[in-house]
Amino acid sequence: MSVELGHFALILAFSLALVQAFFGLAGSYRKLDNWMAASCSAVAGQLVFTLFAFACLTAAFLRNDFSVLYVANNSNTELPMFYRFAAVWGAHEGSLLLWLLILSAWSAAVALFNRTMSPEFTGKVLGVLGLISAGFSLFIITTSNPFERLLPAALQGADLNPLLQDPALAAHPPMLYTGYVGLAVPFACAVAALLEGKLDAAWARWVRPWATMSWLFLTLGISLGSFWAYYELGWGGWWFWDPVENASFMPWLMCTALIHSLAVTEKRGLFKSWTVLLAIFGFSLSLLGTFLVRSGVLVSVHAFASDPSRGLFILIFLTLCIGGALTLYGWRAERLKSGAGFAVVSRESFLLFNNVLLVVAAGLILLGTLYPLFVDALNLGKISVGPPYFSVVFLIPMLPLVLLLAVGMHAGWKQARFTSIRQPLVITLIVAMLFAAAMTVLIFNRFSLLCFVGLLAGGWVLLSSLIEPFQRLRAGHSLSRGIVAMSLAHFGVGVFMLGVTTVSTYTIEKDVSLNKGQSTEIAGYQFTLTKTEPVSGPNYEAVEGTVRVTRDGQEVAVLHPQKRIYRVRTSPMTEAGIDAHWQRDLFVALGDELGNGVWSLRVQYKPLVRFIWLGTVIMALGGIVGVTDRRYRARAAVQQDQAQPVPARS
Amino acid sequence: MWKFLVPAAIFAVLVGFFVVGLHRDPSQVPSPLIGKAAPAYSLPKVEEPSVKVSNTDFAGRKHLVNVWATWCVECRKEHQVLLEIARQNVLPIVGMDWKDELASAQQWLNQLGNPYVATAFDQEGRVAIDFGVYGAPETFLIDEQGKVLYKHIGVLTLEVWNQELLPRINGQKS
Repeated sequence: MSVELGHFALILAFSLALVQAFFGLAGSYRKLDNWMAASCSAVAGQLVFTLFAFACLTAAFLRNDFSVLYVANNSNTELPMFYRFAAVWGAHEGSLLLWLLILSAWSAAVALFNRTMSPEFTGKVLGVLGLISAGFSLFIITTSNPFERLLPAALQGADLNPLLQDPALAAHPPMLYTGYVGLAVPFACAVAALLEGKLDAAWARWVRPWATMSWLFLTLGISLGSFWAYYELGWGGWWFWDPVENASFMPWLMCTALIHSLAVTEKRGLFKSWTVLLAIFGFSLSLLGTFLVRSGVLVSVHAFASDPSRGLFILIFLTLCIGGALTLYGWRAERLKSGAGFAVVSRESFLLFNNVLLVVAAGLILLGTLYPLFVDALNLGKISVGPPYFSVVFLIPMLPLVLLLAVGMHAGWKQARFTSIRQPLVITLIVAMLFAAAMTVLIFNRFSLLCFVGLLAGGWVLLSSLIEPFQRLRAGHSLSRGIVAMSLAHFGVGVFMLGVTTVSTYTIEKDVSLNKGQSTEIAGYQFTLTKTEPVSGPNYEAVEGTVRVTRDGQEVAVLHPQKRIYRVRTSPMTEAGIDAHWQRDLFVALGDELGNGVWSLRVQYKPLVRFIWLGTVIMALGGIVGVTDRRYRARAAVQQDQAQPVPARS
Repeated sequence: MWKFLVPAAIFAVLVGFFVVGLHRDPSQVPSPLIGKAAPAYSLPKVEEPSVKVSNTDFAGRKHLVNVWATWCVECRKEHQVLLEIARQNVLPIVGMDWKDELASAQQWLNQLGNPYVATAFDQEGRVAIDFGVYGAPETFLIDEQGKVLYKHIGVLTLEVWNQELLPRINGQKS
């Protein structure tokens, strides 16, 4: 019964989304306060009903109601309780419902925190969000209904995809979606600004925290996914340039560009049409990602059920949404006049470089992702584009970006004079050079130019981001949240760069076959396979190896890599045995039994691999600090505006 | 004014491609080799590395070339099917051990049984490139003149054998 109620609630949510869209937009144009108020109430109602629908589906999972098709396909009586909860978004239908729930939560947040903006503007934003919501709920109801019954009910469920039975991956979709869908807010604000033909500093200040919040969720979500791939897929890689990964990474790049462009729009009233375009691109790319993943136009390892009717629906929705916004942009962008100019050497031009390079990076990734589709559509054959393309092409805009970053974050607005900063910049550059030289030549004993440049750039950004807080503290000033946020995020970029560069150059990897008692050696560590034994989990059988790692006769770690076979879906999964340490990971994955107790093993030594995720967490921390800046809070911001005309921070 | 419409125009082109892409199946990869001569090769034999296996050994006979490797999980599943096909004794199966270790390959054949008349050892994967191999397992049906008749990607099942390969071997389907 609750299943039907859930379905009904979903239909109500769809109707309320239409109400929200109509009263928001029409009320804003006719300047009718009660219509705009009705739009806000519709948002609240929509949140309540979507939440209810979501709760009904969750309840069906928790009690393993196999009369619901979606539950029967993605759960099992042996599935642990925690994963039954995570299974709600374990496949297409439920993950869309989660998407809708998050969208209504963001809309509700907009309806709640809008005191600094005019009611007409809020009305338009809620109206646009309502249209998106209506499109998505219609998509769920017509093509992907999670409440569809299965009669007669199945006796047993087909179990959750074993790939998803992992704590990190259970948390990954909600994080990522919060980021993805969060981009709908800047998108709606951009469309509203185009409709009004007006975009001022207040607009930019209001949009900034929304963009930063989406960015921080995207950062964490992508990072979690990468971390999961590292320990779960069994080959020790952390990024594969898979179409689905690219689909999440492109909005991140756009959002990063947007955050920086917004800073210029707020402080200097420049880049207005550019900021609007980035806001549109950001959400467009997250919609595009959804289309690519769910429609089956591209092949990907992320096996979501794809279906042409779904593809067609999303394509129509995509065309209306993105096409509509871009046409509106073409029509109205001219009205968004930008203010005064700026000198060639200034923070504005550094941020312009940042924007251009980030957009170029996203464009090249988009090209690589869609290239197989283009080639196929033009009947030129079937091809696939992989890491060799992406790794090279991504470096081209990224290395200059990171090097510019070290200098650019100290440039002043309008015209930059580096007098007070020249000395610390040169010192940090020299230190970074020495560091890079020491790492490549002394520690790893193998010089590579690319690695040297990577370490230099990473080290320089890392040190350079500390200059400003250091100088301010020494001069007795307190640190504003804006500065802390910027420094933290850029520090994180440096840490990330160091990790990526070191891991990609100095990973040592060996595939061996070992019998019990035999051992192999990499990077001075001795790996001995001491035993293999069968173990069983709640819904899987596994073989667990015990690998003793020693160095110079001293025991370093005992690792337990597993090879699991999940009972229902019978797919083999590897659980790598990892000894984590801040300066290196030792990674052992169990391959196949080759007979006579001989097992194939993949053994890896990965220096500084933890820096990759540490860096992203630091970046996200920067985001959190930035979002909690007091001047974004409604009343405080108004007062501050009257008190001090231009706050001197980014 | 017009420059602001550039993004919309680019997007329109993109949508055009998506519409076409929606009606195609990206997982179907036809081999450009079909109807053409199979690549020539001469490689050490896994069972006896001092002896060479080459395409001329099978000239004048219809045969299967099956690409496999010991690191390939799916190949283990496929092996049982290959043994069954070999038991039916319809045509010789030539193995192509791809990017592998000789010792593990020999062990594999000793333990699981050997469905192949001979297995070529393509350690570097050069011949596999000529064949356009994307991954293991893949299977090619080659006719008496050395032309590729059919390519199957992924695990060979008895279903595929009965519905796709046997009719082509008997000349009922092309």
